[in-house]
Amino acid sequence: MRDRGRWVQILVAVLIGALALAITVQVRDKPEDDYQNARSEDLVELLKSLDAANQRLDRQIFDLTTTRDDLLDSSKRSDAAQKQAREQADALAILAGTAPATGPGVVVTISDPEGGVDAGALLDAVEELRNAGAEAIVINGTARVVGQTYLTDTDDSIRIGGRDIKPPYVIEAIGDTGTMATATQIPGGLVDTIERRGGEVSVTRKAIVTITALADVRTPEYARPDS
Amino acid sequence: MIPVLGLVIGVTVGLLLQPTVPGALQPYLPIAVIAALDAVVGALRALGERRFNDRVFVVSFISNVLIAAFMVFLGDQLGVGSQLSTGVVVVLGIRIFANAAAIRRRIFRA
Repeated sequence: MRDRGRWVQILVAVLIGALALAITVQVRDKPEDDYQNARSEDLVELLKSLDAANQRLDRQIFDLTTTRDDLLDSSKRSDAAQKQAREQADALAILAGTAPATGPGVVVTISDPEGGVDAGALLDAVEELRNAGAEAIVINGTARVVGQTYLTDTDDSIRIGGRDIKPPYVIEAIGDTGTMATATQIPGGLVDTIERRGGEVSVTRKAIVTITALADVRTPEYARPDS
Repeated sequence: MIPVLGLVIGVTVGLLLQPTVPGALQPYLPIAVIAALDAVVGALRALGERRFNDRVFVVSFISNVLIAAFMVFLGDQLGVGSQLSTGVVVVLGIRIFANAAAIRRRIFRA
């Protein structure tokens, strides 16, 4: 009988211990989501507000996506415009002689033992090459010949675009090699004219002619773009 | 003396091991705790009235816990889980208060 009482006491202790354990655990282990004990009306309200927020954010996403697409589109357009402008600038730079140029071309060497080749003859030669499609021309590697370049005679040389050029004159021209070389040979053409003035001409075709000389840039003083 | 030892061991184990309640037991544990508290308070009252019977305590403790858990389970099955839980808590709470009042009267004579 005494033994049985001891056992029941131990059982009581175990039960009390279990209760203490359960309380401790339950107090510490609060449900992590606060919605478990919320009333259903509150939950409905919460759901509604979340739905509204969701819709608002959806709209915002749509707006922002549209804006982003617009910006991408316009930046792509401006990229294209920039590329086009750059190409145009490159083309104009070669034309205006403000950029170095390279490409196939011919080298026309004019020696002038008798001094009969003057600025006019040289200008004629340049014009002939231009007619044959020369895109960039330089004389003696220093005087770039562009639209604004002038040629005048001085005592013992020719002044081209502000640079004194002495014979022999070496004209390097970038363009269609065949056309230019052929154009120099026609009767009454470049070679013909120079030889009549006592000069000697040799025309060499070259796969690569590199022109590094630049023309002086002149800002137009009177002319303005008309648009 | 041994029950107090059980209390201390229970709290210590709960604090030290920090066990998490298994998911299946989660809805039943709070109600079971309330039911067990009812049994404990009843036992305290009986102690005060010098008619404590440890056999009665063991049986009432276990049956309280089982019945409370069963009622929660039944309520969940019937779809009135939260209401039935509230009901059980109210009834047990009234009982705890009544027992506590009896203890109070005995101790303070008020």
